[in-house]
Amino acid sequence: MDEAFSFIFLMFAATLRVATPLVLCAMGGLFSEKSGIVDVGLEGKMLMAAFFAAATAAVTGSAWLGVAAAIAAAEAMALLHGFACITWRGNQVVSGVAINILAAGLTVVLGAAWFARGGQTPALESDQRLMPLFFPRAGDSILVYLALASVPLTWWLIARTRFGLRLRAVGEMPLAVDAAGISVAWLRYRAVLLCGLFAGLAGAYLSIAQNAGFSRDMTAGQGFIALAAIIFGKWRPFPAFGACLIFGLLDAVAIRLQGVEMPGMGEVPVQLIQALPYLLTMFLLAGFIGRAVAPKAAGVPYEKEH
Amino acid sequence: MSAPRRPLPAWAEIVALPLINIALAFVTVGIIVRIIGVDPFHALRLLVLGAIGSSEAIGYTLYYTTNFIFTGLAVAVAFHAGLFNIGGEGQAYIGGLGCGLAILAFDRFLPAWAMIPLAIAAAALFGAAWAAVPAWLQAWRGSHIVITTIMFNFVASALMVYLMVNVLIAPGSMTPQSRNFTASGKLPSMQEVLGAVGIQVAPSALNLSIVLAMFCCVGVWVFLWHTPWGYELRTMGHNPEAAVYAGTSLKRMTMLAMCLSGALAGFVGVNELMGVHQRIVLDFQAGYGFAGIAVALMGRSHPLGIVLAALLFGALQQGGAELAFDIPTITREMVVVIQGLIILFSGALAHLPRPWLQSLLARRA
Amino acid sequence: MAAIPAIELQGIQKSFGTVHAVRGVSLRIEKGAITGIVGENGAGKSTLMSILYGLYNADAGEIRVEGRAVRMENPRDAIAHGIGMVHQHFMLVGTFTVLENLVLGAEGGPLLAGGLAAARAELARLAREYGLIVDPDALVADLSVGEQQRVEILKVLFRGARILILDEPSAVLTPQETDQLFRILAALKQRGVTVVLITHKLREIMAVTDHVYVMRQGQIVADRRTADTSPEELAELMVGRKVLMQLDKAPKQPGEVLLQAEHLTLIDDRGVRLLDDVDLALRAGEIVGIAGVSGNGQTELLQVLSGIRAPTGGKLVVRGRTIDPRHPTDPAEMRDLGVAHVPEDRLRQGMVAAFQAAETSILGYQELEPFCHHYLMDGPAVGAHCAQLMERFDVRPRSPGLRSSSFSGGNQQKLVLAREMAREPKVLLVGQPTRGVDIGAIEFIHRELLRSRDQGCAVLVISVELDEILALADRILVMFAGRIVGEVPAGRADERALGLMMAGAGAA
Repeated sequence: MDEAFSFIFLMFAATLRVATPLVLCAMGGLFSEKSGIVDVGLEGKMLMAAFFAAATAAVTGSAWLGVAAAIAAAEAMALLHGFACITWRGNQVVSGVAINILAAGLTVVLGAAWFARGGQTPALESDQRLMPLFFPRAGDSILVYLALASVPLTWWLIARTRFGLRLRAVGEMPLAVDAAGISVAWLRYRAVLLCGLFAGLAGAYLSIAQNAGFSRDMTAGQGFIALAAIIFGKWRPFPAFGACLIFGLLDAVAIRLQGVEMPGMGEVPVQLIQALPYLLTMFLLAGFIGRAVAPKAAGVPYEKEH
Repeated sequence: MSAPRRPLPAWAEIVALPLINIALAFVTVGIIVRIIGVDPFHALRLLVLGAIGSSEAIGYTLYYTTNFIFTGLAVAVAFHAGLFNIGGEGQAYIGGLGCGLAILAFDRFLPAWAMIPLAIAAAALFGAAWAAVPAWLQAWRGSHIVITTIMFNFVASALMVYLMVNVLIAPGSMTPQSRNFTASGKLPSMQEVLGAVGIQVAPSALNLSIVLAMFCCVGVWVFLWHTPWGYELRTMGHNPEAAVYAGTSLKRMTMLAMCLSGALAGFVGVNELMGVHQRIVLDFQAGYGFAGIAVALMGRSHPLGIVLAALLFGALQQGGAELAFDIPTITREMVVVIQGLIILFSGALAHLPRPWLQSLLARRA
Repeated sequence: MAAIPAIELQGIQKSFGTVHAVRGVSLRIEKGAITGIVGENGAGKSTLMSILYGLYNADAGEIRVEGRAVRMENPRDAIAHGIGMVHQHFMLVGTFTVLENLVLGAEGGPLLAGGLAAARAELARLAREYGLIVDPDALVADLSVGEQQRVEILKVLFRGARILILDEPSAVLTPQETDQLFRILAALKQRGVTVVLITHKLREIMAVTDHVYVMRQGQIVADRRTADTSPEELAELMVGRKVLMQLDKAPKQPGEVLLQAEHLTLIDDRGVRLLDDVDLALRAGEIVGIAGVSGNGQTELLQVLSGIRAPTGGKLVVRGRTIDPRHPTDPAEMRDLGVAHVPEDRLRQGMVAAFQAAETSILGYQELEPFCHHYLMDGPAVGAHCAQLMERFDVRPRSPGLRSSSFSGGNQQKLVLAREMAREPKVLLVGQPTRGVDIGAIEFIHRELLRSRDQGCAVLVISVELDEILALADRILVMFAGRIVGEVPAGRADERALGLMMAGAGAA
């Protein structure tokens, strides 16, 4: 019995550990997507943030300065995205792809130039990281709790405030918002900045809480899984959170299932489980498991007709 | 900020604007290079020399260019149909898988002149199939093709890792790669081919697949502008209502466009696996799919422009590798940074220089 | 009248590039009355009202609200002056509830709870006062079009508007919903709200307005008290006395029936009958003209006849091939059957703006000889074909290599017509043949249509210009609300009677 509880607890903790960056990214991405700005660049923002968090923590010795740097880096990327998409009405997908590629390259270039370890930052000591608060084996640093709190916060912001109402409106019908005399661009910029904030926290978590430093490409597609979670959660905070947990659980389970024979199927390939979040999202998009309707104005640059 | 976009004169649109975009990217890179303590002009010199400074360098540049041509054409064909194919990475990967599988299956039984076309066809087929699924979802279920192609890139990755580690791995190998292809599964290198006609060049990775790339350029040009399907495809991209009026089935045209796109991307596998590695390896396609977007954008989705843009990217790749070799502080990833900036300036911020260009031309008019 | 008008416009001018949409308009809107502005599509009414609402800035002229001169820079200014506009295309967020839509932009504070509660109370009050009954918690996307319109009106009243502009409100309503709207407007008027009604439907003008302005080609051509006028007079003023082009028309010799439509019905997914039991026969050597105000099913009829859309009921027989819901067709097959189609909206459907003229000149025919041999297109042949078309139809400039969008409207239309007529079709369907076309080209196009008919083609012309129908048609049909409401042989056509039928006010 004791063993069972222990196992469940560890699985739960592992799930949360993996899900935390997903949750933070997904909440951030939600703001952007809801406002009509497609954000494929979550991955890149998170990566930049992770690098700057670890680099700053290593150099200054302060984890919190690292967090601040992470947020700043992610916001810089976010503003770039906003500038390209909102002010210059560029293609949002291309901008996101560019940011991802830029981040992948820049983090290694800067890392190699500053630390000469082939792209890695120096390993961080415990006092330079955000360590677990209550359960050392569970890895519950403060960012995990922040991530959990971010879900109801995001819900509240979107559903219960004036800002949230206008945000949702601008993602569905920017014309209505414009006709009401509200600035579409300013609303979208705020959404994009919120996205940067959360992506920054997610990146910081990766390099100074979950791990002890930055290594190249450490986001490993989690930004895209967060995007998948947003879609899977039909652009709503709590369902997206649920999707993050499912995807996190899948990841935690995948390692443990390696080498284990499942009845009737033989060994389940770990890669299948890794691909599941993407496959599930595609099933959803195909309408095979309900319908996922994106904000109507998503991806379309807003142009005043006069 | 809401100024309507009056088109600039043709020469400005096709030549000046892209050049300014590239210039902006390079200026930004120069700043980054300066930040990490290197003289940008010195780095630029090394870059250029590294790309075209020797026969071997040119060979490698052209070898990289080949891949960029394939993925650039792939994205361009889809663009002409009004579709955004971001799945080039996955399609190139799976196309390579198809190519490799065909060779592994038949290379012991077939001579080269039969094996090579078969492998090329397999690459096209597999690449097309990988693109067909998102295409079907878009055409029949309305699923946004951008998201499905992104997802499918990751599925391709996972699939390839699984296959390489569990199924195709060469017996006794430590790394996930297949057994080597026999001689009939190898595309002759350009050094061999040119040597056979008496032209001496340094050995490099450049192989016959560049000829395939040229064929594809011509083929795409003929298809898009000289066949009725290409006509209907372009019509759909400009104006779906007019396409319906002209008797086109939008669904079928979506499938056709994407399958062609996937097939073209799949040819990257031909270059990499048949031309260079001579066995199936992981991640041979890394980055070409995304860079193809930049190549298509810069090349204005026209085969001629794509060749030029692909040459630029190929030179960057090769020059960047040499640069990283010469200056330890600059790693290979600098090339990635440049690529990202070019995509940014040529894609998302492509219209940035417009107002400035327009006022410049107005003043001189 | 000594009373200060709610709105006074003086000398308003507005041009978009070369299009002079509003030419020196002056009018007065009396307070507490319902004023109608009536005119055909393109007359300038919507542009005028958009200027009043601050969506556009006038090039010249003055706006006075309640006697004071004002500047309308954006809708916020208009709202501040108590002007509210209900647009033809609703500006509602479908995924929001009625209450949320109401409150957007006037939430009353950073947190929604208070604002929503206040809005709910206000909504109840407005419902009581004006009879605008809507469920506050219903999702707008689930509402009927009539209910959605009510939400738009409520939005405007919620912000304290005392002057309401409605732009073609009944364009999207069923007759019953229109009646409900009238009752609401009457209630508004009773409460002293000023209403401006923009429409092209004469029934509404007669039913609700106190005063009516008639606009044509950017100008006010008439100004009447509704009680002093009649639908016939308004129809005449709207349609205008253009120069009646005298065309030499040989008496027709109608031959066999080449296209027969029986009980054609088209119902959209909202259940609206876009086409209602339409019977139509097109004979060789005859021009059938369908008159009617746009929006009464003409577009849909063309779509069904050309194969773009399948009918929901009834059938179509073309040269032996029966087309019905179970045996649908497509535009390519219809072309093979000899049916050519000049669409109503040439830029959206009949051309590709970015293509060269040569490529546009084969749109729909790209797989046929001589443009295509064994799946390879023959560029020179296409160019030669285009040059030939341009020569025959006097399309200028004579450059097959020029971008299609660079041609003037008249030349574009001539090119499209030339293309469709070049293959000597058996049936020629033409929608709005001279929309946006200059006088010289109009004459040319009309002569070509007559020539086609004389050569044995069955021609169907659909136009909102009654003069055009009168000049061209051998047989005139009138469409209203998706049905054919009248048929008159050309010799016995009476403009006034036709105008009445077009307005739905009289039956043959």
